Formats: sequence, structure tokens, C-alpha cells
Amino acid sequence: MGSQTPLYSCHVGAGARIVDFGGWDMPLHYGSQLEEHHIVRRHAGVFDVSHMTVVDLSGAGAAEFLRRLLANDVARLKEQGKALYSCMLNPDGGIIDDLITYYLAPDRYRMIVNAATRDKDVAWINEQAGSYEVDVAERPELAMIAVQGPEARALAAPLIDDEWRDAALALKPFYALEAGDLFIARTGYTGEDGWEIVMPAARAASIWQQCIDAGIRPCGLGARDTLRLEAGMNLYGTDMDESVSPLEAGLGWTIAWDPEDRDFIGRGPLSEMRANRDRRKFVGLLLESKGVLRNHQRVVVDGKDDGEITSGGFSPTLERSIAMARIPAGDYEHAQVEVRNRLLDVCVVDLPFVRNGKVRIDL
Amino acid sequence: MSELPGDLKYTKEHEWLRQEEDGDVTIGITDHAQSALGDLVYVELPEVGQDVESGGEMAVVESVKAASDVYAPIGGTVTHVNEALSDDPEKINADPYGDGWIVRLKPSGDGDETMDPDAYQAFLDDLDE
Repeated sequence: MGSQTPLYSCHVGAGARIVDFGGWDMPLHYGSQLEEHHIVRRHAGVFDVSHMTVVDLSGAGAAEFLRRLLANDVARLKEQGKALYSCMLNPDGGIIDDLITYYLAPDRYRMIVNAATRDKDVAWINEQAGSYEVDVAERPELAMIAVQGPEARALAAPLIDDEWRDAALALKPFYALEAGDLFIARTGYTGEDGWEIVMPAARAASIWQQCIDAGIRPCGLGARDTLRLEAGMNLYGTDMDESVSPLEAGLGWTIAWDPEDRDFIGRGPLSEMRANRDRRKFVGLLLESKGVLRNHQRVVVDGKDDGEITSGGFSPTLERSIAMARIPAGDYEHAQVEVRNRLLDVCVVDLPFVRNGKVRIDL
Repeated sequence: MSELPGDLKYTKEHEWLRQEEDGDVTIGITDHAQSALGDLVYVELPEVGQDVESGGEMAVVESVKAASDVYAPIGGTVTHVNEALSDDPEKINADPYGDGWIVRLKPSGDGDETMDPDAYQAFLDDLDE
């Protein structure tokens, strides 16, 4: 048996199929993964994401430390509550994890990192923090849910105290608010509008139930995976790991190269890779026929057969199979994927496939 | 857990077989199998006229989660395939013992290690423990 979130018994009571995810017993779905996917694209769903790790950094040296630790630059965060997506790199430029950092005050930041990487992340952060004036505090006593979908914020608003409701509803995308003992962020991992809400574990079951009473459907990790795949969002451990740089994972946009004298961990090797025009590229694939693309299938482009699907699956919105893949450098409109010893034709497309309920590629 | 249809035979690979009056055998996957796979999104069917060996790959069912081979529980020649599954693979989820049938074979007499409903139920009960 793995670790359980404060909402575990709610999931079991709702008939969830429980699976292991990074050492956690998490709901895969509550009956139909496809229905849960569509609910989030069209209405509103709620996910238990309490397995993710909240790390608070405080102290006069917090900003300086984060400017060393992360490939993106927290100095870009000028307004209170603003969020920044970044990779945390090893000295070789490989990705230790991807994470979101929220700017709470000049000496206070909140980081949310992946569940499966928790131990190595916390160890790495503490190791690097050594000489900085920063306090690193993991917050295992907190739970976290994500309400996602075009109707999610409106349906979830009543569960926020009167004092904070208007401010929560006024949050711009990628901003967060400390609202008493809640932390509300207009962020997510589905490509839809919504909030991620961090709360004391003791309040989790009651807030979860309030969401459901408000008409927000519980959704499992299965739908979360197809939603994020359609939204072109990377999954750590699948689309990238320590052997891959952000440049080969479609995350070049998250690297803050300026100012040039900011010496973030991994910068040197990453600069060399940046100059290498032969580096692999990260693309979307759309299967032209029926069938389903899967992780690790081989991608053939232009006679070169060393491309690989990193995340593949069925897109419920497109009713076609889609994938994210790392392929050799070059401009390609078409490629082939080896599926059970046959080569199937795919279109090479720009990510994302779907965003805010709208299909973003030509079918 | 739903009741297993009494007129079918079952395999440890979670397939069911129904003896038809004309001698053919209709094959599908059980409710347990569809539930474990999750929502089905694609089914790869054999060709009519194709010979399959007992234990050989006969079809592939793909769910949102994974691809799974469907092995032929008996040998024979494919006489019919459920073409409706090409557009509606979820028929297997909705009605695994009816509209969700996968193939019909004319048996060659090769292999027949099947269980009656009680034995399959006992097999499933063992899996849960």
C-alpha cells in the first residue's frame, strides 16, 4: 500500500479505481475516464492533487537562491501572487523536475513540485540552499485540489469565504492569492480555466464535498493525463528526466537567458546545447488513421528512425490518437510511427492540440 | 459484480466463448476484462477467412490506458468480425457479452481449455484475494 492523501476515503467511497502513482494510492477514474475528460473540457471537474509537494521558501536570500536554483528567473515576478513555471536543472543541464513558483512577498515564495520526485527534489533544494539566507520548509500538512473547466471557478466560488471571494474571482491567469488558510491559484494542468486550491488537510474532505455538491464532478488521474496531453503539457518522468534538457523537451521558452550574468545551475552545458543546431526537437503528432499511439514507440522521419514518442494516447476531444515526441532536428510535416511492426502515417504538428475547449490544430 | 451469463464458457485470459447453433463459436472479453481495461477506444480485428491458432493473437483491444492482445482461446477460421467495433469500441464496455462480441470462428478442434461460469467465478474470486 502506498501513501494516501487526506481524500483517500472520499475516493474509495465514490467507487474510484485506485492505482499507484509515484508511491501514492490515487484515483485513476470514478467509472469512465472519457466522461471525466469531457466534463472538464465542457463543464467542471475536481482532481485530488494532494500528492504534489508544497515547499515554502522564506528569508532575505530566497530570491537570490531561486535565481541560482531555477532555469527561469524569479526576478521576472514583479507582482504579488504571480506564478512562474520553470525547470530545476542538474549541473549538466538535465531536468531534475519541473515546477511552479509563486511570488508571495519579497522574502517569501511557494513552490509546488511533482509527487514522484519529492525526495530527490527536497534533498537537492536543501543541498543547494546551504550558503543562502533561506529557510526551506516542506508542507506535508497541506492538501491540494484542482477545480478545472470552463465553469469551475463560478461553481467553486461559493466555497470561498465572503472576505476573499471577489479577490479570488478577480485573479488573472497564473496568479495566486493567500486567502486565510486557503491558497488559491488560477493555474492547472488541463488546458482549461480553473483554480488549484491548497488547504489544511483537515478541511480537505469538507471542501471536496462542497465541490461535488456544487455540481463539480470528481475526476481521476486518467483524465488528468489525457487532458494535459491534449494541452501539450509535459509530464515529468515521461516527457523529460535528468537525461534531457529543456531545449529537447519543448521547454526552451522557460529558460531565462537574460541577464547573461545570472549563473543558474546547468547554464553552461545548456548554452552549448543551445548552439547545437542538430539537437532533437519536441513536437506533436497526430495519427492519420485509426489506432492508438503509445509511449516509447519509434518515430521515423526522413529515413531517420531514432525519434521516440514520449507521451502517446487517445485524444477524447479530437477522437484521434495524438502524441508528443522527440524527433531528429529538421522541419517535417509528416512522419511514421512503428506500431506492432507496422509503420503508420502521422502529421507533425505544433503543440498544443487543444486549449480552452478549442481544437488548435488542423484535422 | 455482475452475474456471469450461464450459457458461456470462460478462459483464464478473461475471454468468453459461446457455442452457436451452426457450429461456430463467438468470442469476446468478459466484464471483468473490460472493467480492468477502462474505456476502450480502438479495436484491431482479424480478417474474415484468417486462420488463428489456439493461444495465438487474434485481436487487439486498446483502452485509454493500454493496448492488450486478445488471444484465441481455440483454433479455427474467422467467419465473422464485429465491424461495429471499428466506430464504437465502447460497445465492449457497455455490453461485453452482447453487442461487444469480437469474432466468430469455425473451430478447427485445436485447444479448448475453458471453464464453466462457476469455475470462472471462483477464478475471479481468487484474483481478488
